[in-house]
Amino acid sequence: MADEEWKPKILAIICNWCSYAGADLAGSARTQYPPDVRAIRIMCTGRVDPLFIMKAFADGADGVLVSGCHFGDCHYIAGNFKCAKRMFLMKSILKDLGIEDNRLRMTFVSASEGAKWAKVMEDVVQTVKDLGPSPLNQMKQ
Amino acid sequence: MAEEKKQPRIGVFVCHCGTNIAGTIDVGAVKEYAKTLPGVIVADDYQYMCSTPGQSKIIDAIKEHDLTGIVVAACTPRLHEPTFRTATKEGGLNPFRFEMANIRDQNSWVHMHDHEGATAKAKDAINIAVAKARLLEDLYPKSVPVEHAAMVVGAGVGGIQAALDLANAGIKTYLIEKQPTVGGRMSQLDKTFPTLDCSQCILTPKMVDVGRHPNIELHTYTEVEAVDGYIGNFDITLRKKARGVMSPTEAAAKGIIGGGCNGCGDCDAVCPVIKPNPFEFGMKPRKAIYIYHPQVVPLIYTVDFDACVKCGLCVEACGEKKAIDLEMQDTFETVKVGTIILATGYDAFPIEKKREWGYQQFENVITSLEFERLICASGPTGGHLIRPSDGKTPMKVAFILCAGSRDNTGVGKPYCSRFCCMYSLKHAHQIMEKIPGCIPYIFYMDIRSFGKMYEEFYYRIQNEGAKFIRGRVANVLEDAKTKNLHVYAEDTLLGRPVDLEADMVVLAAAVQPTAETDHVRHLFGVSCSQDGWLLEAHPKLNPCGTTTAGVFLAGVCQGPKDIPDTVAQAEGAASAASIPIHTGKVELEPYFAQCMEDKCAGCGMCISLCPYSALDLIEKDGRQVMHVTEAKCKGCGTCGGFCPGGAIYMQHFTTPQIVAQIDAFLLGGEQ
Repeated sequence: MADEEWKPKILAIICNWCSYAGADLAGSARTQYPPDVRAIRIMCTGRVDPLFIMKAFADGADGVLVSGCHFGDCHYIAGNFKCAKRMFLMKSILKDLGIEDNRLRMTFVSASEGAKWAKVMEDVVQTVKDLGPSPLNQMKQ
Repeated sequence: MAEEKKQPRIGVFVCHCGTNIAGTIDVGAVKEYAKTLPGVIVADDYQYMCSTPGQSKIIDAIKEHDLTGIVVAACTPRLHEPTFRTATKEGGLNPFRFEMANIRDQNSWVHMHDHEGATAKAKDAINIAVAKARLLEDLYPKSVPVEHAAMVVGAGVGGIQAALDLANAGIKTYLIEKQPTVGGRMSQLDKTFPTLDCSQCILTPKMVDVGRHPNIELHTYTEVEAVDGYIGNFDITLRKKARGVMSPTEAAAKGIIGGGCNGCGDCDAVCPVIKPNPFEFGMKPRKAIYIYHPQVVPLIYTVDFDACVKCGLCVEACGEKKAIDLEMQDTFETVKVGTIILATGYDAFPIEKKREWGYQQFENVITSLEFERLICASGPTGGHLIRPSDGKTPMKVAFILCAGSRDNTGVGKPYCSRFCCMYSLKHAHQIMEKIPGCIPYIFYMDIRSFGKMYEEFYYRIQNEGAKFIRGRVANVLEDAKTKNLHVYAEDTLLGRPVDLEADMVVLAAAVQPTAETDHVRHLFGVSCSQDGWLLEAHPKLNPCGTTTAGVFLAGVCQGPKDIPDTVAQAEGAASAASIPIHTGKVELEPYFAQCMEDKCAGCGMCISLCPYSALDLIEKDGRQVMHVTEAKCKGCGTCGGFCPGGAIYMQHFTTPQIVAQIDAFLLGGEQ
């Protein structure tokens, strides 16, 4: 185990209309990025319950990404804005728990931004790799 | 909510998609892994799951193994979820017992060279999908009636065509135009390529038709103020801008018998205010009470209240017709429609930003649209092409193509504007025809003559004597004495510098989305592409649709297009928009919020979060609980993401389903 390169476990929760479509566009454009992120599709980032974030970190996620539409572009008017406010609060809670707050990230990728999605993937993976395993996972070991 | 408590029996189907998936991902290993997941009864793989035999595998497996859920690992649900839902249904299962794992668009295609990483990711994706499939329930789409009416926003040639098609199909159609007349950009053009039809001659009959079609309610000088509702039932508030002049119908409604504007122009003759006419790009004057050109539809004058001094001379001149009301205010009207077509057109790129070509610095540098008006018989010069500086007839005219198009300097637009090559060829033909001996010099990067009979037209213009110089123009400078222009470029075919002294320069300016596009797309909930054009649902397979059900696109608002393509797309959009109307009902995906009343504390936080006012509190058994109006709920889940008591149940995206997905990935499917 020790010799093997550590692979971070990163969860992405992404909205159907912008970021999921942007991620699909990166695919049809064959833009390459690291394969460390696993995505769950929801209709709107407004659906993201803080519980999901806590559950992910408790389960051993090293990073969590929430990605939705740009402000003003939400398919449901302002779900992304409501989510962003929750994520802001979540960051401070994570910090209090001793989990680096940049393990949680919210991004805004539109349906036409395939290249941006790939960039976000690279950034998120790099950020988490730089941080190393989540403190909760370190405790388990 | 599920009533049956049957143990989950899941079937997993892994698609090769030819080599799209199988070339990167070890499909065999993924299938074997799927078999080990809890609840999975059968796992299979196939070359093309979306093919008829592929779908038959699903249908047969449901019957053979008495499955309760289906997972297909293939492309994206945005492409084939409907296909596989239909197959699931054909197999006898509720279509919402289907879940898709995206192992192509978001996996094999983006990790082409990392077989191991992609295979591991595919396994996780299937694990996540199976976790959700174990908890899927029967859901039933809500069927809503569709209003037997449509709306077309923008009355250029695209909007006109779409409105006529809808109206001829027997659908009541509201055609909305912000300008005082229909016609759009096409009415500003002189001739059309490559047939050299007179633009007005072929457009005017259509303009007249929309003006008098019994199924079309034409609203000119009107803007969409607000949009509410959803496919089948849009409520649209229109702002009818104060025109200052009443139509005969409006006058009749006010009891002025035989009154209203008949377009006689008596008011125009007495109005003392002179303003530049924007339709003629300021090259012709107009009064404060005006029509743009003689063929306007409807033929009703409009008061430019920004310019009007309210002297009242026009009111006097109008006399008994009593058409003019200088105190008129904007009015609002709400209409109900089933579907909407956006055909809001384009603007020319402000080419003065490209300082090197001297537009607005040198008088004899004009844009192609200005050229159209100058060469047009109904234009400011009666069709005589003259130089703006001294009125002389130009004998050497330089055309600069890709002016701001295909421009990666950051000042222009990166995309091709598609019709500039062709109209510049047309302009070259027109000057050679109208001014014997006049030579057009066409500076081009590539000539893109892609359409039917376009390449043939290009050869014709070459043979007629137009000079083609391949190279982007670096600079245009003016000779201060003669007002002639020096065009500096490199002839990249001959490999030598060019200094052409021309009498006139015509810039084929790029096109860009209109200034209102951003406002329009927010009103109607439509996305835009990176260049700001309204975004189609799928560039190949759904070029007229948008991600908002019931809203369709036609013409240049979706991206640069010439007239034939605009008209073709308008006909496509009209067809697409008429389908739900003729069907009479649409099915809404049943992703509704539900209240688990035993958990609801009646705090009402969800009510303020709901963007659609779909939630309210009702009294039940002596306490307040949340209640959902399903017809208003669009299933975003914003309420469910916040409910402090966890009392909101988001169908198809329930908290247990999402948590199970998270667990499946992070705990390896053991939960």
